[in-house]
Amino acid sequence: MSQAAAEPRPVAIPAPIPLREIAPWALFAGVVLLALLYLVGMDQGATSVFSGEVLHEFVHDGRHLLGFPCH
Amino acid sequence: MVRALLVRGMLAGLLAGLLAALFAGLVGEPALDGGIAYEDALAAAAGEEAGVAPVSRGVQSTVGLAVGFVIYGVAVGGILALVCATAQGRLGALSARATVVVVAAVGFVAAVLVPFIKYPANPPAASADDTIGLRTGLFVVVVAVSVGLAVGATVLARRLSATLGWWNAVLAAAGGYLVLVVLVGVLLPTIAETPADFPAAVLYDFRLASLGGHLVLWTALALVFAELVDRATRPAAAALR
Ligand SMILES: [Zn+2]
Repeated sequence: MSQAAAEPRPVAIPAPIPLREIAPWALFAGVVLLALLYLVGMDQGATSVFSGEVLHEFVHDGRHLLGFPCH
Repeated sequence: MVRALLVRGMLAGLLAGLLAALFAGLVGEPALDGGIAYEDALAAAAGEEAGVAPVSRGVQSTVGLAVGFVIYGVAVGGILALVCATAQGRLGALSARATVVVVAAVGFVAAVLVPFIKYPANPPAASADDTIGLRTGLFVVVVAVSVGLAVGATVLARRLSATLGWWNAVLAAAGGYLVLVVLVGVLLPTIAETPADFPAAVLYDFRLASLGGHLVLWTALALVFAELVDRATRPAAAALR
């Protein structure tokens, strides 16, 4: 970090992105992404947002092999 | 900047999900079928008629499997991108590319490996139907606690690095994570529902295939996302090389 400017560094250290800039993305995208995880891993199981069992049955094998609790 | 990372993370996740679905289809489906064969044998012995399935086995084991893995990959890729956006430039001298690999490795251990050791994946018919609520709740708890502790350990390592140096700081924080997560694992209830006559080879093969699928997904995600991030920052980075 304190090396002279003349000495080339092997890697570029990225500048930190201000947390203010990340917060809105983390909030909105974070909620959508977690909702996707919930739909593929849990819905129509212990809890249901969508009624029926078609979603559960369609992603059923992925649910088992991804390690989510099922039947 | 955040948006660019998010798009790349989700794109890498899509690719990783497809690759892992291919692995899961080839390696995991035979074991999953073993569980269904056991289930069918139980039903036949009890004299139950097979009902009409809303989605056929052929669809479940191919398109359904791929869609499930791709959605999981895109979601995990997006979350990885958001965490990397926060971590890059804040973890010592790590480049953007190395940050992706480190965050993905910590994420795999905290969100997949540790929860798997406590509550491993189960093939069909190896669990009791009426405990789905308990099993789902405990699974969410162990993932949330493990990920929370890993985030705490990373923040702690960053703080300690100023006085201890990165090597000792990471060792101390990782040791702290391990002690606390083992304690949580011991305190949480054990689930032991596998029927006594469930085929052991099916259970073993299924769990190995499940962990293998996650390993394929997270490795591909980390390497593809790292490459995309590196390419995006290359013009600026080239000047420093
Ligand atoms: Zn199931």
